[in-house]
Amino acid sequence: MRFERREHRPLSLLIFTPVVAVIAALALAGILIAIAGAPVLDAYRRILTGAFGSRLSATETLTRATPLMLTGLAAAVAFRARLWNIGAEGQFYLGAIAVAAASSKLLGNLPAPILIPLLLLIGAVAGMVLILVPLWLRLRFSVDEVVTSLLLNFIAVLFVSMLIDGVLKDPLAFGWPQSQSVSDHAMLPKLLARSRLHIGFAIAIALAVVVHFVQSRTVFGMQSRAAGLNPAGAVFAGVPLGKTLVKVACLSGGLAGLAGAIEVMGVKGYVTTDLSPGFGYAGIVVAMLANLNPLGVVFAAIFTATMFVGADGMSRGLGIPTYIADVTVALSLLTMLIALFFTQYRIRR
Amino acid sequence: MTQLFDIIASAGLWAAILRIATPLIFGTLGALLCERAGVLNLGIEGIMTFGAMIGWLSVYHGADLWTGLLIAAIAGGVFGLLHAGLTVTLGLSQHVSGLGVTLFASSFSYYVFRLIVPLANTPPTIAPFQPIAIPGLSTLPFIGPAFFTQTAPTYLAMLIALLMAYIIFRTPVGLAIRMTGENPHAAEAQGVNPMKVRYGAVIIGSALMGMGGAFLTLSAFNSFFPTMVQGRGWICIALVVFASWRPGRALFGALLFAFFDAFQLRLQTVLSGLVPYQLFLMTPYILSIAALAVMARRARVPQALMQPYRRGER
Repeated sequence: MRFERREHRPLSLLIFTPVVAVIAALALAGILIAIAGAPVLDAYRRILTGAFGSRLSATETLTRATPLMLTGLAAAVAFRARLWNIGAEGQFYLGAIAVAAASSKLLGNLPAPILIPLLLLIGAVAGMVLILVPLWLRLRFSVDEVVTSLLLNFIAVLFVSMLIDGVLKDPLAFGWPQSQSVSDHAMLPKLLARSRLHIGFAIAIALAVVVHFVQSRTVFGMQSRAAGLNPAGAVFAGVPLGKTLVKVACLSGGLAGLAGAIEVMGVKGYVTTDLSPGFGYAGIVVAMLANLNPLGVVFAAIFTATMFVGADGMSRGLGIPTYIADVTVALSLLTMLIALFFTQYRIRR
Repeated sequence: MTQLFDIIASAGLWAAILRIATPLIFGTLGALLCERAGVLNLGIEGIMTFGAMIGWLSVYHGADLWTGLLIAAIAGGVFGLLHAGLTVTLGLSQHVSGLGVTLFASSFSYYVFRLIVPLANTPPTIAPFQPIAIPGLSTLPFIGPAFFTQTAPTYLAMLIALLMAYIIFRTPVGLAIRMTGENPHAAEAQGVNPMKVRYGAVIIGSALMGMGGAFLTLSAFNSFFPTMVQGRGWICIALVVFASWRPGRALFGALLFAFFDAFQLRLQTVLSGLVPYQLFLMTPYILSIAALAVMARRARVPQALMQPYRRGER
């Protein structure tokens, strides 16, 4: 058995690939649900109604999808340039804590129309600062950024823990380590009344469109893709590799930092060390499921959020551990990898 | 100052160093073997988590400790087979496949654990490996209690490090592994099958990772809890670079790293209240990054690392 490179890839194949991958992942997770002794189809029905069965659950799912879209975009733009930013989790937390610090210590008195954009910018810059460390190590010492950006996640969470235990601790939190709250007028406006869905959802979708445009229509987008496809060739063709990677890194880290800022200003209002249930890591899967396409990220994020929100209800009803959501999402990354392979190769006997 | 000296002079510190180093030795050797054959295995964090879980679960359900360790090794090997299938046969990105294995293996561990052990206030425990005093050596002053009263897996880890150094540098199998990692095309021309070598290295390397995880639940602690691996896998990946892909240096690197870790734990109690404890917890990660920066340019990376090999395609 041999694999042969496909001459051309039909568009239908590229569109059906993620669908097939997700169905395969759901089938594999179904086996795990069946082993646990629960009815599989009923379990999936409960996940769907749990995520979209009511106005409340649907808005909750979209609220959960918002940070996933941003961390998914962060991973997608970096991976496309073969910049392995696995540090979105840490960048998320740094963006979040920067917003909490700036709002409670410095800028809390500014009027909302100035304050909100300023805080979002601060969150994005905090994420950029964190990713520049592994990038600098790569460019200066040629250290693979996978491990360094990943180790920085642990450092960032500990740093946040230190701040919310110390200078940023909320004295009104009964000794609980929790940051001071951002001022009320720094909170993002709601998108729908009587729900937690906030304007950050619209911002995330708008950014997906912008990133898509930048990647497909600008010189920077072309350079970042060239840097990923063939770094040596890109340099030969006159692409400034270092500069391009710095720009890609800033975009990626900025998006992840913004995800943290938006989660604080849109949902929680303050920072704890469990602000993110792994949004940074799930963003990697979201990006892969979308085949690194910024518009695809929107749908991949909604799928992932559906699994997470829906699994809660299913878990209560059927006694299946909620971790089944994480398992399904991780499985869909693996099935997507295999599916993508078959868009590029065909089996030849 | 005298307090610092007291810490370094205590046998407890040196005994702790070996205990802390053991999972790192297993993991680093496992990652090193994979990378020597040209495959980066970022699945390590998840494989260690699964090894910790399945080893504990087997013993909890009546298997003896050695069987638990063996089951963890086999489970690690199965994940290695998955990673090899994706990266060697299909030639997919080793970065992404490894991350996929990690995400899957860790969430699968939590799922299986929660399914079998329902939520309880106090986690159920097992009777872990007990320290073995080596006759004659354990009564030596100072180094006796430190180096010769460890649990069996610690001795095993050291033994494997020496064995692996011998195999890699002194045997035909080792030569085949190194050639495959440097230049699979040349290896093939010499009659070596690079695919088989890579499969073998990734499966055995991943089995070692599974054992490293199992050490945590079968020897260091007596129960399993989510996130207990705490980035040890990623530290192992950094240690491989620090060790310049040499098993002997991997052993040394893991011990050096464990020294700093054990030292900061004790320093923490001396300086409690003066310095936030989070700064101490950061040190292992900061040290790993520093080690990477120092060693990365000096180290000789296996030339074919992360390059998929396809016959007749370059």
